[in-house]
Amino acid sequence: MTGRIEPMVGRYVHVEIDGTPHRIYFEEAGQGIPLVCLHTAGSDGRQWRHLLADEEFTRYFRIIAFDMPWHGKSNPPASWDGTEYQLTTARYTQTIRAFCAALDLDKPVVMGCSIGGRIVLNLAIDHASEFRALVGLEAADFQAPWYDTTWLNRPDVHGGEVCAALVSGLVAPQSPAEARMETLWAYKQGGPGVFKGDLYFYRVDGDLRGRTKAIDTSVCPLYLLTGEYDFSCMPEDTVRTAAEISGVEVTVMEQVGHFPMSENPMQFRRYIAPVLEKIRQKKF
Amino acid sequence: MKKSDPVSEAFARLAMLLERDAALIQRGRFLDVDCLLGSTEQAFHISIRAGRIIDTAPAPVLMRSWRFAYRATPQAWTAFWQPLPKAGWHDLLSLTKRGEAMLEGDIQPFITNLQYFKDLLALPRMSGGAR
Repeated sequence: MTGRIEPMVGRYVHVEIDGTPHRIYFEEAGQGIPLVCLHTAGSDGRQWRHLLADEEFTRYFRIIAFDMPWHGKSNPPASWDGTEYQLTTARYTQTIRAFCAALDLDKPVVMGCSIGGRIVLNLAIDHASEFRALVGLEAADFQAPWYDTTWLNRPDVHGGEVCAALVSGLVAPQSPAEARMETLWAYKQGGPGVFKGDLYFYRVDGDLRGRTKAIDTSVCPLYLLTGEYDFSCMPEDTVRTAAEISGVEVTVMEQVGHFPMSENPMQFRRYIAPVLEKIRQKKF
Repeated sequence: MKKSDPVSEAFARLAMLLERDAALIQRGRFLDVDCLLGSTEQAFHISIRAGRIIDTAPAPVLMRSWRFAYRATPQAWTAFWQPLPKAGWHDLLSLTKRGEAMLEGDIQPFITNLQYFKDLLALPRMSGGAR
């Protein structure tokens, strides 16, 4: 073979979530500490492809990115009857824990972005002892809404176009054009109502204000990193959240927005490399 | 503020800037709308047909209606049109979120053509902003 082949390998794992069988697609690369990566609402695991291809990280981490059900190559469950998709805190938490259990991961690190960052906080509140460390990107206990999500799924508005156009402003102007394009492309490809259904968790069901005080970072270290150009989860949202959590480490990332790992992988690398190194060095 | 302020001058140039951008016109090819765009000090009735601006008239125009309005403070437009806008001043909806812009009326055509309007209203950024 003469073509350049990237190191990540994609497979499917069958997982029961809340008693329902799901066929979950995931990609992985590397060996060592399991590091499970959660994509943003309305997108899929492709957002993590640069991390999965980074040999500096895969030398010490088994990096795994899965597509949530209804996203990417993880179809809705076979039993789905077409009723409105709505992600809840309980369902999201079950999905992550069931996926980790299905792969027999031993105290994985979980890193999530946006809704993935929010659910990481919930994992820290309720299930900290199951994880080696937790990393929330663009994470806060709550943030003020800035648009009406009903526009995301209605027959007179193109869902792919509007989802991408809405989030396009969350990409920092410094991000490379090709990475911006690729980040938005995933939004153009999402199934009807899926982004909206994810935001049910974000906007309605997953308000963690008042609950984050329960996070004990001595049980599981927590790192929060937010891009300065993210006006959805603004740096002040993350800083406000962190003020309630003893021992959390907070970083505001310059020149990135809401999608650090996909909109500007090189800039993100500068910030995530020291976090992963700390996690690697920590004795458990 | 007079109609000759730098922000208003940028809006007056919008049709000309759009004519230079064939791809943006193509993106808006299904769009016909009469809207109100501009600053909170001076807005413009802008008529768009098949993605082209065919008329720009400073408001008020007697009894002229509009479908939706997007108006931002002069300060917001000046910041938005910087070559590298600061965080929070870089997107039409970051401006509404921070209370520096207002989106009013029947916003269906705005939302349906959201990237078109984002790109249209960013055109002055590439040509010197509010000069």
